[in-house]
Amino acid sequence: MKILVPVKRVIDYNVKVRVKSDGSGVDLANVKMSMNPFDEVAIEEAVRLKEAGIASEVVAVSAGVAACQETLRTAMALGADRSILIVTDEELQPLAVAKLLKAVCDKEAPQMVIPGKQAIDDDANQTGQMLAALLGWPQATFASKVVVNADKTGAAVTREIDGGLETIEISLPAVVTTDLRLNEPRYATLPNIMKAKKKPLETTTPEALGVDVKPRLKTLKVAEPAKRAGGVKVADVAALVDKLKNEAKVI
Amino acid sequence: MTILVIAEHDNAVLKPATRNAIAAAARIGGDIDVLVAGAACAAVAEAAARIAGVTRVRLADAAQYADHGAENLAALVVANAAAYSHILAPATAAGKNFLPRVAALLDVAQISDIVEVVSPDTFVRPIYAGNALATVQSADAVKVITVRGTAFEPAGEGAAAPIEALAGAADAGISRLVGRELTVSARPELTAARVIVSGGRALGSNENFHAVLEPLADKLGAAVGASRAAVDAGYAPNDYQVGQTGKIVAPELYIAVGISGAIQHLAGMKESKVIVAINKDPEAPIFQVADYGLVADLFDAVPALLAAID
Ligand SMILES: Cc1cc2nc3c(=O)[nH]c(=O)nc-3n(C[C@H](O)[C@H](O)[C@H](O)COP(=O)(O)OP(=O)(O)OC[C@H]3O[C@@H](n4cnc5c(N)ncnc54)[C@H](O)[C@@H]3O)c2cc1C
Ligand SMILES: Nc1ncnc2c1ncn2[C@@H]1O[C@H](COP(=O)(O)O)[C@@H](O)[C@H]1O
Repeated sequence: MKILVPVKRVIDYNVKVRVKSDGSGVDLANVKMSMNPFDEVAIEEAVRLKEAGIASEVVAVSAGVAACQETLRTAMALGADRSILIVTDEELQPLAVAKLLKAVCDKEAPQMVIPGKQAIDDDANQTGQMLAALLGWPQATFASKVVVNADKTGAAVTREIDGGLETIEISLPAVVTTDLRLNEPRYATLPNIMKAKKKPLETTTPEALGVDVKPRLKTLKVAEPAKRAGGVKVADVAALVDKLKNEAKVI
Repeated sequence: MTILVIAEHDNAVLKPATRNAIAAAARIGGDIDVLVAGAACAAVAEAAARIAGVTRVRLADAAQYADHGAENLAALVVANAAAYSHILAPATAAGKNFLPRVAALLDVAQISDIVEVVSPDTFVRPIYAGNALATVQSADAVKVITVRGTAFEPAGEGAAAPIEALAGAADAGISRLVGRELTVSARPELTAARVIVSGGRALGSNENFHAVLEPLADKLGAAVGASRAAVDAGYAPNDYQVGQTGKIVAPELYIAVGISGAIQHLAGMKESKVIVAINKDPEAPIFQVADYGLVADLFDAVPALLAAID
Protein backbone atom coordinates (compact mmCIF):
# COMPACT_ATOMS: atom_id res chain seq x y z
CA MET A 1 0.00 0.00 0.00
CA LYS A 2 1.08 3.52 -0.81
CA ILE A 3 1.18 6.22 1.89
CA LEU A 4 1.07 9.93 1.18
CA VAL A 5 2.49 12.33 3.76
CA PRO A 6 1.77 16.06 3.42
CA VAL A 7 4.60 18.11 4.92
CA LYS A 8 4.47 21.82 5.60
CA ARG A 9 7.37 24.22 5.74
CA VAL A 10 6.89 26.37 8.83
CA ILE A 11 8.86 28.68 11.07
CA ASP A 12 11.04 26.54 13.35
CA TYR A 13 9.35 25.84 16.68
CA ASN A 14 12.30 27.32 18.58
CA VAL A 15 12.06 30.71 16.90
CA LYS A 16 10.46 33.51 18.89
CA VAL A 17 7.92 34.95 16.49
CA ARG A 18 7.84 38.70 15.95
CA VAL A 19 4.80 40.59 14.73
CA LYS A 20 5.58 43.16 12.02
CA SER A 21 5.13 46.72 13.17
CA ASP A 22 2.70 47.49 10.33
CA GLY A 23 0.38 44.72 11.54
CA SER A 24 0.50 42.88 8.23
CA GLY A 25 1.79 39.60 9.60
CA VAL A 26 4.78 38.06 11.34
CA ASP A 27 8.35 38.62 10.31
CA LEU A 28 9.57 35.65 8.27
CA ALA A 29 12.67 37.33 6.83
CA ASN A 30 15.86 35.44 7.75
CA VAL A 31 14.21 33.16 10.27
CA LYS A 32 14.90 29.46 10.44
CA MET A 33 12.28 27.36 8.67
CA SER A 34 11.72 23.66 9.35
CA MET A 35 9.32 20.84 8.72
CA ASN A 36 6.20 21.13 10.87
CA PRO A 37 6.98 18.87 13.88
CA PHE A 38 3.75 16.90 13.52
CA ASP A 39 4.75 16.09 9.94
CA GLU A 40 8.07 14.64 11.13
CA VAL A 41 5.98 12.30 13.25
CA ALA A 42 3.87 11.50 10.16
CA ILE A 43 6.91 10.72 8.00
CA GLU A 44 8.30 8.54 10.79
CA GLU A 45 5.06 6.58 11.04
CA ALA A 46 4.88 6.04 7.28
CA VAL A 47 8.52 4.95 7.13
CA ARG A 48 8.00 2.53 10.02
CA LEU A 49 5.00 1.03 8.21
CA LYS A 50 7.24 0.57 5.19
CA GLU A 51 10.03 -0.95 7.27
CA ALA A 52 7.46 -3.34 8.74
CA GLY A 53 6.56 -4.48 5.24
CA ILE A 54 3.06 -3.01 5.41
CA ALA A 55 3.57 0.02 3.18
CA SER A 56 5.21 -0.28 -0.22
CA GLU A 57 5.93 3.36 -0.95
CA VAL A 58 6.01 6.66 0.96
CA VAL A 59 5.36 9.83 -1.01
CA ALA A 60 5.86 13.26 0.59
CA VAL A 61 3.87 16.24 -0.70
CA SER A 62 4.32 19.91 0.06
CA ALA A 63 2.48 22.96 -1.21
CA GLY A 64 3.93 26.45 -1.14
CA VAL A 65 6.90 28.46 -2.27
CA ALA A 66 9.83 26.90 -4.16
CA ALA A 67 11.82 26.61 -0.91
CA CYS A 68 9.44 23.87 0.23
CA GLN A 69 11.66 21.54 -1.75
CA GLU A 70 14.09 21.70 1.21
CA THR A 71 11.32 20.30 3.40
CA LEU A 72 10.72 17.56 0.86
CA ARG A 73 14.44 16.72 0.75
CA THR A 74 14.32 16.37 4.53
CA ALA A 75 11.29 14.09 4.21
CA MET A 76 13.22 11.93 1.75
CA ALA A 77 16.28 11.92 4.00
CA LEU A 78 14.00 10.57 6.72
CA GLY A 79 12.86 7.78 4.44
CA ALA A 80 10.22 9.00 1.97
CA ASP A 81 10.79 7.41 -1.44
CA ARG A 82 9.86 10.38 -3.61
CA SER A 83 8.06 13.67 -3.39
CA ILE A 84 5.74 16.11 -5.06
CA LEU A 85 6.02 19.87 -4.79
CA ILE A 86 2.98 21.97 -5.61
CA VAL A 87 4.60 25.30 -6.14
CA THR A 88 2.78 28.62 -5.69
CA ASP A 89 3.43 32.02 -4.17
CA GLU A 90 -0.23 32.43 -3.17
CA GLU A 91 -1.08 32.31 0.55
CA LEU A 92 -2.47 28.81 1.12
CA GLN A 93 -5.29 28.23 3.59
CA PRO A 94 -6.27 24.74 4.83
CA LEU A 95 -9.24 24.32 2.45
CA ALA A 96 -6.99 25.11 -0.53
CA VAL A 97 -4.32 22.69 0.70
CA ALA A 98 -6.96 20.00 1.18
CA LYS A 99 -8.16 20.51 -2.40
CA LEU A 100 -4.60 20.31 -3.73
CA LEU A 101 -4.00 17.13 -1.75
CA LYS A 102 -7.27 15.68 -3.02
CA ALA A 103 -6.12 16.29 -6.60
CA VAL A 104 -2.85 14.51 -5.81
CA CYS A 105 -4.75 11.61 -4.19
CA ASP A 106 -6.96 11.28 -7.28
CA LYS A 107 -3.79 10.64 -9.29
CA GLU A 108 -1.71 8.70 -6.80
CA ALA A 109 -4.48 6.61 -5.20
CA PRO A 110 -2.78 6.12 -1.80
CA GLN A 111 -4.33 3.81 0.79
CA MET A 112 -3.48 6.17 3.61
CA VAL A 113 -2.70 9.86 3.95
CA ILE A 114 -0.92 10.92 7.15
CA PRO A 115 -0.92 14.70 7.76
CA GLY A 116 0.05 16.30 11.06
CA LYS A 117 -2.77 17.22 13.39
CA GLN A 118 -1.83 20.87 13.32
CA ALA A 119 0.60 23.24 11.66
CA ILE A 120 2.41 25.24 14.33
CA ASP A 121 2.17 28.47 12.32
CA ASP A 122 -1.55 28.84 11.57
CA ASP A 123 -2.57 26.45 14.39
CA ALA A 124 -5.57 25.57 12.21
CA ASN A 125 -5.94 21.81 12.81
CA GLN A 126 -8.13 21.43 9.72
CA THR A 127 -6.36 20.12 6.64
CA GLY A 128 -6.52 16.37 7.31
CA GLN A 129 -10.19 16.43 8.25
CA MET A 130 -11.00 18.56 5.18
CA LEU A 131 -9.10 16.22 2.90
CA ALA A 132 -10.95 13.21 4.32
CA ALA A 133 -14.25 15.01 3.72
CA LEU A 134 -13.39 15.90 0.11
CA LEU A 135 -12.34 12.32 -0.60
CA GLY A 136 -15.34 10.85 1.25
CA TRP A 137 -12.89 8.81 3.34
CA PRO A 138 -12.95 8.04 7.04
CA GLN A 139 -10.64 10.01 9.30
CA ALA A 140 -8.75 9.19 12.47
CA THR A 141 -7.37 12.40 13.94
CA PHE A 142 -4.85 12.90 16.79
CA ALA A 143 -3.48 9.37 16.46
CA SER A 144 -1.19 7.90 19.12
CA LYS A 145 -1.19 4.37 17.67
CA VAL A 146 -1.90 2.95 14.23
CA VAL A 147 -2.35 -0.77 13.56
CA VAL A 148 -3.09 -1.75 9.95
CA ASN A 149 -5.16 -4.94 9.59
CA ALA A 150 -3.45 -7.98 8.07
CA ASP A 151 -5.51 -7.73 4.89
CA LYS A 152 -4.89 -3.96 4.69
CA THR A 153 -8.56 -3.13 4.23
CA GLY A 154 -8.76 -1.32 7.53
CA ALA A 155 -6.85 -0.01 10.52
CA ALA A 156 -7.34 0.38 14.26
CA VAL A 157 -6.29 3.82 15.39
CA THR A 158 -5.96 5.01 18.98
CA ARG A 159 -6.78 8.71 19.28
CA GLU A 160 -5.94 11.28 21.95
CA ILE A 161 -9.24 12.83 23.01
CA ASP A 162 -10.40 15.03 25.87
CA GLY A 163 -10.66 12.68 28.82
CA GLY A 164 -8.23 10.05 27.60
CA LEU A 165 -7.94 7.74 24.60
CA GLU A 166 -10.30 6.12 22.15
CA THR A 167 -9.70 3.42 19.59
CA ILE A 168 -11.63 3.39 16.35
CA GLU A 169 -11.63 1.02 13.44
CA ILE A 170 -11.68 2.67 10.04
CA SER A 171 -11.83 1.25 6.55
CA LEU A 172 -9.02 2.08 4.14
CA PRO A 173 -8.30 4.31 2.28
CA ALA A 174 -8.34 6.82 5.11
CA VAL A 175 -6.75 9.95 6.52
CA VAL A 176 -4.88 9.59 9.83
CA THR A 177 -3.52 12.73 11.55
CA THR A 178 -0.62 12.48 13.98
CA ASP A 179 -0.38 13.49 17.61
CA LEU A 180 2.89 13.87 19.51
CA ARG A 181 2.84 10.47 21.20
CA LEU A 182 2.55 8.44 17.98
CA ASN A 183 6.31 7.93 17.77
CA GLU A 184 9.63 9.64 18.25
CA PRO A 185 10.96 10.76 14.86
CA ARG A 186 14.49 9.74 13.90
CA TYR A 187 17.16 12.19 12.82
CA ALA A 188 18.35 12.31 9.24
CA THR A 189 21.84 10.83 8.91
CA LEU A 190 24.42 12.32 6.59
CA PRO A 191 24.40 9.35 4.17
CA ASN A 192 20.61 9.54 4.02
CA ILE A 193 20.74 13.27 3.38
CA MET A 194 23.09 12.57 0.46
CA LYS A 195 20.84 9.78 -0.85
CA ALA A 196 17.80 12.06 -0.62
CA LYS A 197 19.36 14.42 -3.14
CA LYS A 198 18.98 11.74 -5.79
CA LYS A 199 15.43 10.74 -4.98
CA PRO A 200 12.76 11.95 -7.44
CA LEU A 201 11.07 15.30 -6.75
CA GLU A 202 8.26 16.13 -9.14
CA THR A 203 6.95 19.67 -9.42
CA THR A 204 3.42 20.72 -10.29
CA THR A 205 1.18 23.76 -9.78
CA PRO A 206 -2.33 24.46 -8.52
CA GLU A 207 -3.30 25.36 -12.11
CA ALA A 208 -2.02 22.05 -13.45
CA LEU A 209 -4.04 20.29 -10.75
CA GLY A 210 -7.09 22.40 -11.61
CA VAL A 211 -7.47 23.82 -8.10
CA ASP A 212 -8.51 27.36 -7.23
CA VAL A 213 -6.44 28.27 -4.17
CA LYS A 214 -7.71 31.81 -3.64
CA PRO A 215 -7.82 32.51 0.12
CA ARG A 216 -11.31 32.54 1.67
CA LEU A 217 -10.29 34.42 4.78
CA LYS A 218 -8.85 37.88 4.59
CA THR A 219 -6.38 38.79 7.31
CA LEU A 220 -7.22 42.35 8.28
CA LYS A 221 -4.47 42.67 10.83
CA VAL A 222 -2.00 40.76 12.95
CA ALA A 223 -1.27 42.13 16.40
CA GLU A 224 0.86 41.22 19.35
CA PRO A 225 -1.12 39.90 22.32
CA ALA A 226 -1.21 41.97 25.50
CA LYS A 227 1.89 41.27 27.58
CA ARG A 228 1.47 40.02 31.12
CA ALA A 229 2.75 42.52 33.62
CA GLY A 230 5.88 41.06 35.20
CA GLY A 231 5.38 39.59 38.64
CA VAL A 232 7.61 39.24 41.67
CA LYS A 233 9.81 36.56 43.15
CA VAL A 234 8.87 35.60 46.67
CA ALA A 235 11.46 34.69 49.26
CA ASP A 236 9.93 31.52 50.59
CA VAL A 237 6.81 29.39 50.92
CA ALA A 238 5.42 31.51 53.77
CA ALA A 239 5.66 34.65 51.64
CA LEU A 240 3.98 32.84 48.75
CA VAL A 241 1.07 31.73 50.90
CA ASP A 242 0.71 35.24 52.28
CA LYS A 243 0.56 36.72 48.75
CA LEU A 244 -1.95 34.14 47.57
CA LYS A 245 -4.17 34.74 50.59
CA ASN A 246 -3.97 38.45 51.13
CA GLU A 247 -2.94 40.01 47.82
CA ALA A 248 -4.32 37.74 45.10
CA LYS A 249 -7.04 36.31 47.36
CA VAL A 250 -7.13 33.04 45.43
CA ILE A 251 -6.77 30.58 48.31
CA MET B 1 -29.68 35.32 10.89
CA THR B 2 -29.73 32.00 12.71
CA ILE B 3 -26.68 30.39 14.27
CA LEU B 4 -26.24 26.67 14.83
CA VAL B 5 -24.19 25.56 17.84
CA ILE B 6 -23.28 21.89 18.02
CA ALA B 7 -23.53 20.60 21.58
CA GLU B 8 -20.76 18.51 23.07
CA HIS B 9 -21.86 15.73 25.39
CA ASP B 10 -21.48 12.06 26.27
CA ASN B 11 -25.17 11.20 25.76
CA ALA B 12 -25.80 11.78 29.47
CA VAL B 13 -24.25 15.12 30.37
CA LEU B 14 -23.87 18.33 28.38
CA LYS B 15 -20.20 19.41 28.37
CA PRO B 16 -19.59 22.92 29.76
CA ALA B 17 -17.64 23.98 26.64
CA THR B 18 -21.01 24.10 24.84
CA ARG B 19 -21.96 27.06 27.02
CA ASN B 20 -18.89 29.02 25.94
CA ALA B 21 -19.72 28.36 22.29
CA ILE B 22 -23.29 29.57 22.90
CA ALA B 23 -21.87 32.71 24.52
CA ALA B 24 -19.80 33.34 21.38
CA ALA B 25 -22.93 32.82 19.25
CA ALA B 26 -24.73 35.40 21.38
CA ARG B 27 -21.91 37.87 20.66
CA ILE B 28 -22.48 37.34 16.92
CA GLY B 29 -26.21 37.97 17.41
CA GLY B 30 -29.35 36.33 16.03
CA ASP B 31 -31.37 33.26 16.88
CA ILE B 32 -29.41 30.34 18.31
CA ASP B 33 -30.28 26.72 17.53
CA VAL B 34 -28.43 24.00 19.38
CA LEU B 35 -27.94 20.62 17.72
CA VAL B 36 -27.78 17.65 20.07
CA ALA B 37 -26.76 14.56 18.12
CA GLY B 38 -26.37 11.32 20.01
CA ALA B 39 -28.20 8.23 21.17
CA ALA B 40 -30.57 8.16 24.13
CA CYS B 41 -29.52 11.72 24.87
CA ALA B 42 -32.84 13.41 25.67
CA ALA B 43 -31.46 14.63 29.02
CA VAL B 44 -28.73 16.50 27.14
CA ALA B 45 -31.31 18.20 24.93
CA GLU B 46 -33.25 19.26 28.01
CA ALA B 47 -30.12 20.73 29.59
CA ALA B 48 -29.28 22.57 26.36
CA ALA B 49 -32.82 23.95 26.14
CA ARG B 50 -32.41 25.64 29.53
CA ILE B 51 -29.32 27.64 28.50
CA ALA B 52 -29.88 31.38 28.24
CA GLY B 53 -30.06 32.64 24.66
CA VAL B 54 -31.03 29.34 23.05
CA THR B 55 -33.97 29.69 20.64
CA ARG B 56 -34.51 26.03 19.84
CA VAL B 57 -32.88 22.66 20.37
CA ARG B 58 -32.76 20.16 17.53
CA LEU B 59 -32.38 16.62 18.74
CA ALA B 60 -31.04 13.89 16.42
CA ASP B 61 -31.35 10.78 18.54
CA ALA B 62 -30.14 7.76 16.60
CA ALA B 63 -27.71 4.87 17.00
CA GLN B 64 -25.27 6.20 14.38
CA TYR B 65 -24.59 9.28 16.56
CA ALA B 66 -23.96 7.37 19.79
CA ASP B 67 -20.17 7.68 19.54
CA HIS B 68 -20.04 11.08 17.84
CA GLY B 69 -17.96 9.82 14.93
CA ALA B 70 -16.88 12.67 12.66
CA GLU B 71 -18.21 11.15 9.45
CA ASN B 72 -21.82 10.75 10.56
CA LEU B 73 -21.93 13.92 12.62
CA ALA B 74 -20.54 16.06 9.78
CA ALA B 75 -23.04 14.58 7.31
CA LEU B 76 -25.91 15.42 9.66
CA VAL B 77 -24.75 18.99 10.14
CA VAL B 78 -24.24 19.49 6.40
CA ALA B 79 -27.71 18.12 5.62
CA ASN B 80 -29.19 20.78 7.88
CA ALA B 81 -26.78 23.64 7.17
CA ALA B 82 -28.87 25.59 4.66
CA ALA B 83 -30.82 27.42 7.36
CA TYR B 84 -27.77 28.88 9.07
CA SER B 85 -25.44 31.85 8.73
CA HIS B 86 -22.93 30.48 11.24
CA ILE B 87 -22.08 27.01 12.53
CA LEU B 88 -20.16 26.88 15.82
CA ALA B 89 -18.60 24.17 17.95
CA PRO B 90 -16.28 24.26 20.96
CA ALA B 91 -12.56 24.11 20.08
CA THR B 92 -12.19 20.83 21.98
CA ALA B 93 -10.75 17.57 20.68
CA ALA B 94 -14.28 16.64 19.57
CA GLY B 95 -15.06 19.97 17.89
CA LYS B 96 -11.70 20.09 16.14
CA ASN B 97 -12.32 16.58 14.87
CA PHE B 98 -15.62 16.94 13.05
CA LEU B 99 -16.08 20.63 12.24
CA PRO B 100 -13.38 20.99 9.52
CA ARG B 101 -15.17 18.12 7.78
CA VAL B 102 -18.36 20.17 7.81
CA ALA B 103 -16.55 23.21 6.42
CA ALA B 104 -14.96 21.25 3.56
CA LEU B 105 -18.28 19.64 2.59
CA LEU B 106 -19.84 23.10 2.49
CA ASP B 107 -16.83 24.39 0.53
CA VAL B 108 -16.11 27.12 3.08
CA ALA B 109 -13.15 27.98 5.31
CA GLN B 110 -13.15 27.13 8.99
CA ILE B 111 -12.12 29.83 11.44
CA SER B 112 -10.38 27.93 14.23
CA ASP B 113 -10.26 28.79 17.89
CA ILE B 114 -11.76 32.29 17.89
CA VAL B 115 -11.14 34.43 20.98
CA GLU B 116 -13.17 37.48 19.95
CA VAL B 117 -16.14 38.36 17.78
CA VAL B 118 -15.48 41.68 16.04
CA SER B 119 -18.57 41.56 13.82
CA PRO B 120 -20.67 38.77 12.28
CA ASP B 121 -18.01 38.20 9.61
CA THR B 122 -14.83 39.21 11.45
CA PHE B 123 -13.09 37.32 14.26
CA VAL B 124 -9.85 37.31 16.21
CA ARG B 125 -7.85 34.09 16.55
CA PRO B 126 -4.42 33.28 17.94
CA ILE B 127 -1.70 32.00 15.60
CA TYR B 128 1.92 30.93 16.22
CA ALA B 129 1.18 29.49 19.66
CA GLY B 130 -0.60 32.66 20.71
CA ASN B 131 2.40 34.86 19.90
CA ALA B 132 0.22 36.77 17.45
CA LEU B 133 -3.48 37.54 17.16
CA ALA B 134 -4.94 37.59 13.66
CA THR B 135 -8.13 39.46 12.82
CA VAL B 136 -9.73 37.60 9.92
CA GLN B 137 -12.74 38.36 7.78
CA SER B 138 -14.74 35.70 6.00
CA ALA B 139 -16.60 36.22 2.74
CA ASP B 140 -18.08 32.71 2.82
CA ALA B 141 -21.87 32.28 2.86
CA VAL B 142 -21.67 30.21 6.05
CA LYS B 143 -19.13 30.91 8.75
CA VAL B 144 -17.87 27.69 10.29
CA ILE B 145 -16.13 28.42 13.59
CA THR B 146 -14.58 26.70 16.58
CA VAL B 147 -14.64 28.67 19.82
CA ARG B 148 -11.88 28.86 22.42
CA GLY B 149 -13.76 28.33 25.67
CA THR B 150 -11.51 30.42 27.89
CA ALA B 151 -12.27 33.55 25.84
CA PHE B 152 -16.05 33.55 26.40
CA GLU B 153 -17.85 33.48 29.75
CA PRO B 154 -20.18 30.47 29.74
CA ALA B 155 -23.85 31.19 29.05
CA GLY B 156 -26.03 30.72 32.12
CA GLU B 157 -29.51 29.33 32.64
CA GLY B 158 -32.61 30.78 30.98
CA ALA B 159 -36.19 29.96 30.07
CA ALA B 160 -36.68 26.51 28.50
CA ALA B 161 -36.54 26.55 24.70
CA PRO B 162 -38.54 24.10 22.57
CA ILE B 163 -36.94 20.79 21.57
CA GLU B 164 -37.65 19.48 18.08
CA ALA B 165 -36.74 16.05 16.77
CA LEU B 166 -34.46 15.96 13.74
CA ALA B 167 -34.31 12.99 11.39
CA GLY B 168 -30.91 11.33 11.20
CA ALA B 169 -28.93 10.88 8.00
CA ALA B 170 -27.85 7.44 6.79
CA ASP B 171 -24.98 5.71 8.61
CA ALA B 172 -21.78 6.12 6.55
CA GLY B 173 -20.48 2.86 8.00
CA ILE B 174 -16.79 3.63 7.42
CA SER B 175 -15.72 4.07 11.04
CA ARG B 176 -16.54 2.26 14.25
CA LEU B 177 -15.70 2.90 17.89
CA VAL B 178 -13.83 -0.01 19.44
CA GLY B 179 -13.46 1.40 22.94
CA ARG B 180 -12.46 4.29 25.14
CA GLU B 181 -10.03 4.49 28.04
CA LEU B 182 -11.09 7.54 29.96
CA THR B 183 -9.19 8.90 32.92
CA VAL B 184 -11.42 8.51 35.93
CA SER B 185 -10.95 11.31 38.38
CA ALA B 186 -12.96 12.97 41.07
CA ARG B 187 -11.16 16.20 40.25
CA PRO B 188 -12.68 19.06 38.26
CA GLU B 189 -12.10 19.02 34.50
CA LEU B 190 -8.97 20.93 33.48
CA THR B 191 -10.77 23.42 31.24
CA ALA B 192 -13.40 24.17 33.89
CA ALA B 193 -11.23 24.15 37.04
CA ARG B 194 -10.82 27.20 39.30
CA VAL B 195 -7.36 26.05 40.34
CA ILE B 196 -4.82 23.95 38.43
CA VAL B 197 -1.65 22.36 39.77
CA SER B 198 0.53 21.47 36.81
CA GLY B 199 3.74 19.44 36.75
CA GLY B 200 6.68 19.17 34.41
CA ARG B 201 9.64 16.99 33.59
CA ALA B 202 11.24 17.86 36.94
CA LEU B 203 8.82 15.56 38.75
CA GLY B 204 11.02 12.75 37.46
CA SER B 205 8.64 9.81 37.57
CA ASN B 206 5.00 8.85 37.45
CA GLU B 207 5.14 8.02 41.19
CA ASN B 208 6.57 11.42 42.10
CA PHE B 209 4.13 13.20 39.82
CA HIS B 210 1.20 11.79 41.76
CA ALA B 211 2.78 11.70 45.21
CA VAL B 212 3.95 15.32 45.08
CA LEU B 213 1.15 17.06 43.18
CA GLU B 214 -2.01 15.25 44.22
CA PRO B 215 -2.06 16.15 47.92
CA LEU B 216 -1.70 19.81 46.97
CA ALA B 217 -4.40 19.50 44.30
CA ASP B 218 -6.67 17.77 46.82
CA LYS B 219 -6.22 20.53 49.34
CA LEU B 220 -6.93 23.25 46.78
CA GLY B 221 -9.76 21.38 45.04
CA ALA B 222 -7.65 21.69 41.92
CA ALA B 223 -7.38 19.90 38.61
CA VAL B 224 -3.98 18.46 37.69
CA GLY B 225 -2.23 19.43 34.46
CA ALA B 226 1.13 18.66 32.89
CA SER B 227 3.69 19.84 30.38
CA ARG B 228 4.29 17.89 27.21
CA ALA B 229 7.57 16.59 28.60
CA ALA B 230 5.75 15.10 31.60
CA VAL B 231 3.15 13.47 29.35
CA ASP B 232 5.71 12.16 26.87
CA ALA B 233 7.67 10.63 29.75
CA GLY B 234 4.54 8.84 30.94
CA TYR B 235 4.19 10.73 34.24
CA ALA B 236 0.68 11.88 33.33
CA PRO B 237 -2.05 10.89 30.84
CA ASN B 238 -2.18 12.65 27.46
CA ASP B 239 -5.28 14.66 28.25
CA TYR B 240 -3.43 16.44 31.08
CA GLN B 241 -1.25 18.28 28.56
CA VAL B 242 -1.62 22.04 28.71
CA GLY B 243 -0.36 24.08 25.77
CA GLN B 244 -0.41 25.00 22.11
CA THR B 245 -1.20 21.46 21.10
CA GLY B 246 -2.92 20.37 24.30
CA LYS B 247 -5.57 22.03 26.41
CA ILE B 248 -6.08 25.77 26.72
CA VAL B 249 -6.85 26.74 30.29
CA ALA B 250 -7.45 29.99 32.17
CA PRO B 251 -8.12 29.21 35.83
CA GLU B 252 -8.07 31.73 38.65
CA LEU B 253 -4.88 30.12 39.92
CA TYR B 254 -2.32 28.12 37.94
CA ILE B 255 0.59 26.62 39.84
CA ALA B 256 3.41 25.48 37.53
CA VAL B 257 5.70 23.04 39.30
CA GLY B 258 9.01 22.15 37.68
CA ILE B 259 7.94 23.50 34.30
CA SER B 260 10.42 25.61 32.32
CA GLY B 261 7.84 27.69 30.46
CA ALA B 262 8.42 26.91 26.78
CA ILE B 263 6.28 29.05 24.45
CA GLN B 264 4.24 25.97 23.59
CA HIS B 265 3.34 25.54 27.24
CA LEU B 266 2.70 29.25 27.85
CA ALA B 267 0.28 29.23 24.89
CA GLY B 268 -2.04 27.06 26.95
CA MET B 269 -1.99 28.83 30.30
CA LYS B 270 -0.87 32.44 30.07
CA GLU B 271 -4.45 33.74 30.27
CA SER B 272 -4.72 32.36 33.82
CA LYS B 273 -5.62 35.06 36.35
CA VAL B 274 -2.84 34.32 38.82
CA ILE B 275 0.22 32.28 37.90
CA VAL B 276 2.58 30.77 40.45
CA ALA B 277 5.85 29.16 39.35
CA ILE B 278 8.02 26.89 41.43
CA ASN B 279 11.32 26.21 39.73
CA LYS B 280 14.87 25.86 40.97
CA ASP B 281 16.31 27.76 37.99
CA PRO B 282 15.91 31.51 38.56
CA GLU B 283 16.32 32.07 34.81
CA ALA B 284 13.48 29.74 33.80
CA PRO B 285 11.21 31.55 31.29
CA ILE B 286 8.12 30.59 33.31
CA PHE B 287 9.09 33.38 35.75
CA GLN B 288 8.45 35.95 33.00
CA VAL B 289 4.73 35.21 33.12
CA ALA B 290 4.45 34.27 36.80
CA ASP B 291 2.80 36.70 39.19
CA TYR B 292 4.57 34.94 42.04
CA GLY B 293 7.79 33.08 41.43
CA LEU B 294 9.43 30.84 43.99
CA VAL B 295 12.99 29.74 43.24
CA ALA B 296 13.20 26.47 45.12
CA ASP B 297 13.49 22.73 44.82
CA LEU B 298 9.97 21.51 44.24
CA PHE B 299 10.49 18.45 46.42
CA ASP B 300 10.90 20.79 49.41
CA ALA B 301 8.62 23.60 48.34
CA VAL B 302 5.48 21.65 47.45
CA PRO B 303 5.24 19.76 50.77
CA ALA B 304 5.99 23.01 52.59
CA LEU B 305 3.26 24.78 50.64
CA LEU B 306 0.85 21.98 51.46
CA ALA B 307 1.66 22.30 55.15
CA ALA B 308 1.32 26.08 55.10
CA ILE B 309 -2.16 26.13 53.58
CA ASP B 310 -4.80 25.49 56.19
C1 LIG C 1 5.12 20.71 18.00
C2 LIG C 1 5.33 20.90 19.47
C3 LIG C 1 4.22 21.04 20.27
C4 LIG C 1 4.38 21.19 21.65
N1 LIG C 1 3.26 21.34 22.41
C5 LIG C 1 3.40 21.49 23.75
C6 LIG C 1 2.25 21.67 24.60
O1 LIG C 1 1.11 21.69 24.14
N2 LIG C 1 2.46 21.79 25.92
C7 LIG C 1 3.71 21.77 26.49
O2 LIG C 1 3.83 21.87 27.72
N3 LIG C 1 4.81 21.62 25.70
C8 LIG C 1 4.67 21.47 24.36
N4 LIG C 1 5.79 21.29 23.60
C9 LIG C 1 7.10 21.05 24.28
C10 LIG C 1 7.80 22.30 24.76
O3 LIG C 1 8.55 22.85 23.70
C11 LIG C 1 8.76 21.94 25.91
O4 LIG C 1 9.67 20.96 25.47
C12 LIG C 1 8.03 21.40 27.16
O5 LIG C 1 6.97 22.26 27.51
C13 LIG C 1 9.02 21.26 28.29
O6 LIG C 1 8.41 20.65 29.41
P1 LIG C 1 8.95 20.94 30.89
O7 LIG C 1 8.89 22.38 31.17
O8 LIG C 1 8.22 20.02 31.79
O9 LIG C 1 10.44 20.36 30.82
P2 LIG C 1 11.84 21.15 30.83
O10 LIG C 1 11.89 22.17 29.78
O11 LIG C 1 12.87 20.09 30.86
O12 LIG C 1 11.82 21.93 32.21
C14 LIG C 1 11.95 21.34 33.47
C15 LIG C 1 12.10 22.47 34.46
O13 LIG C 1 12.13 21.95 35.76
C16 LIG C 1 13.10 22.64 36.53
N5 LIG C 1 13.54 21.75 37.61
C17 LIG C 1 14.31 20.63 37.51
N6 LIG C 1 14.42 20.02 38.72
C18 LIG C 1 13.72 20.76 39.60
C19 LIG C 1 13.43 20.65 40.98
N7 LIG C 1 13.88 19.62 41.72
N8 LIG C 1 12.68 21.62 41.56
C20 LIG C 1 12.19 22.66 40.84
N9 LIG C 1 12.43 22.80 39.52
C21 LIG C 1 13.16 21.87 38.90
C22 LIG C 1 14.19 23.00 35.57
O14 LIG C 1 14.88 24.16 36.03
C23 LIG C 1 13.39 23.28 34.29
O15 LIG C 1 13.04 24.65 34.17
C24 LIG C 1 5.67 21.18 22.22
C25 LIG C 1 6.78 21.07 21.40
C26 LIG C 1 6.64 20.93 20.03
C27 LIG C 1 7.84 20.81 19.17
N1 LIG D 1 1.11 23.87 2.55
C1 LIG D 1 1.07 22.60 2.97
N2 LIG D 1 1.76 21.64 2.32
C2 LIG D 1 1.73 20.35 2.74
N3 LIG D 1 1.03 19.94 3.79
C3 LIG D 1 0.31 20.85 4.48
C4 LIG D 1 0.30 22.22 4.10
N4 LIG D 1 -0.51 22.86 4.98
C5 LIG D 1 -0.96 21.94 5.86
N5 LIG D 1 -0.47 20.72 5.56
C6 LIG D 1 -0.71 19.44 6.28
O1 LIG D 1 -1.85 19.59 7.11
C7 LIG D 1 -1.48 19.44 8.49
C8 LIG D 1 -2.36 20.31 9.36
O2 LIG D 1 -2.22 21.68 9.03
P1 LIG D 1 -3.27 22.80 9.49
O3 LIG D 1 -4.63 22.31 9.12
O4 LIG D 1 -2.86 24.01 8.71
O5 LIG D 1 -3.09 22.97 10.95
C9 LIG D 1 0.01 19.71 8.53
O6 LIG D 1 0.61 19.08 9.63
C10 LIG D 1 0.45 19.12 7.19
O7 LIG D 1 0.57 17.71 7.27
